Order: sequence, then C-alpha cells, then structure tokens
Amino acid sequence: MSSESVEEYLEAIYAFNERGEPAKNTEVARRLKVSPPSVTQMMKRLADEGLVEYEPYRGATLTGRGMALAQKVVRKHRLLERFLHDVLGLRRNRVHEEACGLEHSLSDEAAAALCKALEKPETCPDDENPIPPCILDADCEQCAEAREREGDRFRLVTQLSNLKPGEEGVVAFIRGGTLAFQRLLDMGLTRGTPVRVLNAAPFRGPIEVAVRGSTLALGRGLARHVFVEIEDDHSAHRRIHPHGPHHGRERRGWRK
Amino acid sequence: MEKVGGGRLRVALAGNANVGKSVIFNQLTGLHQHVGNWPGKTVERAEGTLSFGGYTIDVLDLPGIYSLSTFSIEEIISREYIAVERPDVLVNVVDASVLERNLFFTLQLLELEPRIVVALNQVDIAESKGIHVDAGRLSELLGVPVIPTVATKNIGLQELMMEVIEVASGEGGLPSAIRFGAEVERRVQELAEEVGKVETPYPPRWVAIKLLEGDDEVRRMVHRLKPSVEDLAERLRREIEEIHGHDAPSVIASERYAVASSIAAEASTHLVPRRTLADRLDEATSHPVLGYVFMAAVVLAVFYGIFRFGDYASGLMGEGFEVLRAIYEARFGLGALVAFVWDGLIEGVVAGVTIALPYIVPFYVALSVLEDSGYLARIAFLMDSAMHRIGLHGKGFIPLMLGFGCNVPACLGCRIMETERERLICGFVASLVPCAARSIVIMGLVAEYVGFEWAIALYLIDFALIFALGRLAFKAVPGEPMGLIMEMPTYRMPTLRVTASRTWFKLKDFVHTAFPIMIAGNLIIQLADLAGLLDLIQGVFSPVTVRWLGLPAAAGVVLIFGILRKELTLILLASLMGTSNFALVLTPVQMFVFAFVVMIYIPCIATIAVLVKEFGYRAATIISLAEISLAIALGGILLRVLTLLGLF
Repeated sequence: MSSESVEEYLEAIYAFNERGEPAKNTEVARRLKVSPPSVTQMMKRLADEGLVEYEPYRGATLTGRGMALAQKVVRKHRLLERFLHDVLGLRRNRVHEEACGLEHSLSDEAAAALCKALEKPETCPDDENPIPPCILDADCEQCAEAREREGDRFRLVTQLSNLKPGEEGVVAFIRGGTLAFQRLLDMGLTRGTPVRVLNAAPFRGPIEVAVRGSTLALGRGLARHVFVEIEDDHSAHRRIHPHGPHHGRERRGWRK
Repeated sequence: MEKVGGGRLRVALAGNANVGKSVIFNQLTGLHQHVGNWPGKTVERAEGTLSFGGYTIDVLDLPGIYSLSTFSIEEIISREYIAVERPDVLVNVVDASVLERNLFFTLQLLELEPRIVVALNQVDIAESKGIHVDAGRLSELLGVPVIPTVATKNIGLQELMMEVIEVASGEGGLPSAIRFGAEVERRVQELAEEVGKVETPYPPRWVAIKLLEGDDEVRRMVHRLKPSVEDLAERLRREIEEIHGHDAPSVIASERYAVASSIAAEASTHLVPRRTLADRLDEATSHPVLGYVFMAAVVLAVFYGIFRFGDYASGLMGEGFEVLRAIYEARFGLGALVAFVWDGLIEGVVAGVTIALPYIVPFYVALSVLEDSGYLARIAFLMDSAMHRIGLHGKGFIPLMLGFGCNVPACLGCRIMETERERLICGFVASLVPCAARSIVIMGLVAEYVGFEWAIALYLIDFALIFALGRLAFKAVPGEPMGLIMEMPTYRMPTLRVTASRTWFKLKDFVHTAFPIMIAGNLIIQLADLAGLLDLIQGVFSPVTVRWLGLPAAAGVVLIFGILRKELTLILLASLMGTSNFALVLTPVQMFVFAFVVMIYIPCIATIAVLVKEFGYRAATIISLAEISLAIALGGILLRVLTLLGLF
C-alpha cells in the first residue's frame, strides 16, 4: 500500500469530517472510485494506526494524529488549487484534479513558500472550503525564519480541538490575537506543556483537558487557537508519509 | 513594627478559584463579616474580623484568580490592593492537589514582595489523589512559611493565624523573588534598575516584568511618568522575542511555569492515584449522554423542589399576613388612613418577604450546594455549545437558570462572566427569563383557563425571544466574544457552614438591594392611586392597552402595579374585574396576550434596581425600554395573529 493512497484516504475522510459528519465507507468508496471492501480494509488499518476512529456502519472520524496528517495534505491541495486558479488561470472545475496529482510531491517548504506568495489565502477556489491553518509559530513576515528554525524536522501539529478523548500532545504554540491568549498561558498552556484530552462535550461543545495536574474545560473556539504537537513515535507514519525527514533529505541531496 | 500585646492587623486572602479560600474566610470570621462591593466596581468584596492572639485581625477575601494580569477586573483589583494598599500579611491559599498551577500564582504574588504566608490547603483531597506535599520542603524552596490546612475540617487554621502574627510582627526580610532564566533575568534586572529611578507605587522588579509582558495598564502608567523607560522596555522585549523566537508574554509565562513546575516536583511525591468516587462521579456527570440526563434530573429536581416549597411557604405567609391585617384592622378600624398605612407602607415589606423567604432562600441554598460540590462547572461544560448560540459561553447558563427563580439573583449572578460585555449581554438575557412570579401568572391564567399547552407555548415563545434577542445583543454590544476557560474542580462534599453563611449574606444583599425599592415603589403607586392619577394614566394608556392589545381598560392599572410584583397582577386583575373566574370576563386570546405582556414588558422594579447597580442607569433604561416596546409590539401582533387564526 502506498503512502499516497493513505493520504488520499485521509483527505477523503477529512472532506466529510469538515462538514461535521463521519465518513461512511460507501461514500469514501464513491469519492475515491475504489471498491467498498477495500475501503473497509483500509479503514481498519487506519484505525489500527491511530489515524481514525472507525465505527462500522457509522463511519470514520479523524483522530488528532490523523487530522494533523490530513491537514498537511489538504492544505497543500488547496494551496495548489489557488495557485492553479489564481496564477495560472486554470478553470475552477479543472483545479481539483490537477492538485490531486501534485499535492503528494510538494514539500512542506514549498507549501509554505506558496502560501506566502499567494498572500495567505483563506479558502480554496472551487468550493470555498477553508484552507487548513499554517502550523508554523510565526506570522507571515517571519515565515522564512520560522521555516529555517523548524529545519526539515517532520512534525505532526494540529489544533487541540481536533484531539479525541485519550489523545495526548504537547503545546506547540498559541495562535495569538485572542482576548484569552494571556488567560490560556496563565492556566498553564505554555509551550512544551503536555496535555491530554479527557472528554469532549457533544454538539461541538467544549473539551476537558488534563494539564499540569488539573482539569480545564476549554471552549472549542479557544481550543482551535491552541496548536499541539503529537508525538510521532508510530513507525507507520514515517513509512506512510512521503514528507518525513528522510524524504526531505533525499530530495535535497538530489537537487544538489 | 513593634506590637506588644496586640493591635490591629490587615490580612488578605489570595488564591485561585476552588482552592477553599472562602471556606477559610468563613471559618476564620464566622458571622463577623460584611459582603459588599469594591468601590465603583461590580466585584464582591468580603471582609470580616476575628480576634486571635490578642490581635484584632481584619480579613479581606480577594477574588479567586489565576494570575495578576489584566484579563479581568478581579485581577486588576487584586493586584492594586496587594501592591498599593499593602495588607500587613498576605495569605496565599494554595490547593495542594493542583500544586503546580497554584504555585504559578504564588510566584506572581512574590513578585509584588508582600509579607506572605502560604496556606497549603486541601491536603486531604491531594492525599486521596495520591499526592503528598512536603510543606517544610515547599517552604524552603519558596523562602516563605507554609502551613498545611484542611479548611473544611478546621485543621491547621490556628497554626496559620499564629504564623500570620509571627510574620506581621517579625523583622525578617521580605521573600526574595524567584529568578528567571539567564536571558530574561538579565533584562528584567536592567529594566528594573531604570524603573527604580521613577516613583511608582509598585516594586520596580514587578513593573519591569509587567512591562516586558506588555501589560497595558503598567505601560500606560510608565508612559505618563517617563516615556524613555517604555522605549527601553520595548527594546528588551524585542530582544527576548528574538532570542526565544516567541512572543515575550509566553516566554515569561513559560519561565514562571518552569519554576513552579520544578518546585512542585521537588516538594511533592506522587503515588499511583486510586480511582476515587469523585473520579467516577466526574465521568458519569460529564458523559456525552448520561451527563445531560443527570443534569436535566438535577435541574428539574432543584426547580421542582423550590417551586413546591415556595408555593407552599408563600401561601402560608400570605395567609399569615391576612390574619395580621385582620388583627390590624380590628385594632385600628377601616379608615382611609389606616388602609393607606397598610397598603402604602406595609404591603411593600410583605411583597419582599413573601418572595424572598420562600423562593430566594432555597434558591441560594441550592446554588451554594451546586457550586461548592463542583457540579456547577459541569453544567457550564455541558451547556457551553448551546449557550454559544446566543453568543455566551457555558458559564452564562447559570444566571439564566437562576432567572427562573428570580431575576434579581440572576442579574447579580452575571458576575461569573469574565468581561463587562459578557456580563451585560447575560444580564439582559436573564431579565427575560420567566421568573417564579411570571410563572405564577402564566400558570394561574393561561394554563388554568386556556389550556396547559398554551402555557407551554408561552414559554417557548419566551425562549425563542431570549434566543433572538441574545443573538441581537451579541451583535450589537461592541467587543470581542470570550470563550470558555474554566477549571473543572474535583467533586467535594459541600459544607453546611459555608452554605449557611453564603446564603445568609446573599439574602442580606438581596434585602438591601430589593427591599427599599419595592417599598418605595409601592408607596409611590399607592400615592398616585390616592391622588387619582391612576385613572388618568389608565386613560392615557388606553390606546395601547385597549386599542392595540385588546385588553380591558383595567389592564392599564394592573400592568403599572405589575412593575412592583408581577404575580400581583393576577390578584389585582381579579379585584378590578370583580371576579376571580377569569373565564367570565376575559377571552382566551385576551388571557394569552395579557400573560405574554406580563412576561415580557419590563423586569420588575427590583430587577431594574439590580440592573442599575450592575450596569448603570443607561443600560438599565435601555433594557427596560426595549422590553416594554417589545412586549407592546409583539403583544398586539399576537392578538391579531391569534384572532385571525381563530385558534381558541
């Protein structure tokens, strides 16, 4: 099984989850133009690797880990769509397919550069869906420096609001501009702090987070401002993800 | 500071929320306390006195906060008090079971360089979670005295007060501030040196730290005194950001937490935690399905209990006052003056008492129990997403819930919201919640004569209005909306002492706020009646009441009296119509419209008084006028729609 197909699956599941619904096997099969049994098989694998929560008949939702991977590739996809549409002038109905082919070979570095060149677009051109957020702790002026600082380290970063109960992460940064920024820091959500999601209220309600020996309730909106890094100890990710550290190094070597 | 044989000491309690601070305060001061407001602020100020070791000790309970930034008014008030008014001793109450986060606040207090004693509270809860804190070690690490306490069981409070006196009279130096990492520390010191050359009420080091954190209040102050210091601060701030690659507030918060974390780790030992009953209860009550079932059961039980009790008790009291009136009339006769004394003066007190005791007291008891046990936080957690639809976060549900009992505590309860904006929206929405008095009218008129389903319809219309107006207010009031950030406290057994004392002081507050205005309002209306003004007013209003709302002319007077006490409208209507069988004199549509108008038209006079107290005259006037116009406009529309549909 190729890493590209894992990414395609995550992307497909993301598309459903984005609308607040689980991804049903039949729908994923239709979207990816594959047979339902192979979807079922793949869903089980993704669940085993901790990338989705899968309930037969109900469908799949991405875990925080799966979300971090999906956001990465969806972000590239939608940035590419913007580029193809805005800069190259491709028609709206053509950009999706083109982007699908290109997204897997676009490096994180190139994606960040693309974002900057396009002046930080917010939505993709074909269906106006939001582009997943940048995971660099910097505003656009410091984009290059931040990329430098990160190096080519492969990071799984997503918003705290995407973690499922039981998932853990480490606070990477808080995207500022919110009234509650200082409060979040005061409550102990500083950089490098381990957090664990304990519980999530239904209807996109708040989440309960274990942090520094206490339990905090955080509204979903606020939790979206808190970016956490998920430990990448799962060997599977490196295998299935083409933009891991090795991949980056190889490319660089080849370019030189 | 020589104080032989006693004297007066000022002690302030500071600490996070849910650490048992108010329990300590209650244990220390008992009934010798006074709960008021900070001057010009809608923040509760609880003060009390005790005699100990030959000293008279004035204790001030500062609001429960997590930091000394400018996030909320409570934080600003606390730091002003500690830094400027400088209590003789500051008692920092610390929750031993959440040591790290509590020490983060302790470190900030130490930056203000007060004389300080740490009360290491809730050591029992900590032990049950498998956490043992070594008070001696903690004291060494912090460089200040630490006394372990279990306030709910009155353990350690004697020792705490002895230490307070010791610290107050001791010549011993002030605690040394905690050092930051080298890069930050050097800049703090450089800046503090510059700040030291300017006269401020605060310790220079604290000002320097706050400047580096970008604290607006401190920046403004320094800007006024010496702008060059601000420039230096700006430069050092940028340096810190460059070195760490992150903004200065988060760098400083991180460093403080790093210190707090290492102290906590060194002073405490963790065993494998046992699963306690509290843990299990927590799981069940914040469960995505069970949690809501449990919450519905608790809320309904509380309401049902209060209404049953209130109905019974106020009926009993009503009868009691009837008897008193009979005795009074038997003694003084039935003259006009005699009647006026009762109707004009005593009736206002009667109104207050028959609402306050049967409904307000049980409400406060229930609220206090829910709060102390930690369940209120779970309700806020579960209701957050629903409350977001009207632009408030989960905590806003609590005042709304209170509103079903009485709008007065509901509006006071809006203080749990963090910002002025949230409080105002919440207060406005809470004043629309059908309180017990309004429920009496809806039930007594609509449910009784039109049908129970129509009473339910009225409630649903009200909820729809709350929803629509909440959204409107959310859009109209300027400012940034605030999300939910709240600590989920461990479940605890509420204590009788705290519940009793809290209820008592809140009741006192209610009497102070609501009674004078109820009595005065009643008197004015009675005087107007005597002067024959009411008929005039009735005539003036008849285009609205009769023409537009289709109500009998008498409704004008009734609605004016209703400002005083809405449940009175029913009794008054009966007496003016000459019968209490409303089916004979009112059509179902009239009843429905009447009940609707009573429900919406104005918060009662006591609520208006609280709105003025909490939000000022302007906001109170706008809210009242908005609700009157809304009731009239929608009442008339309802009349026409219902008549047109011919539903009854």
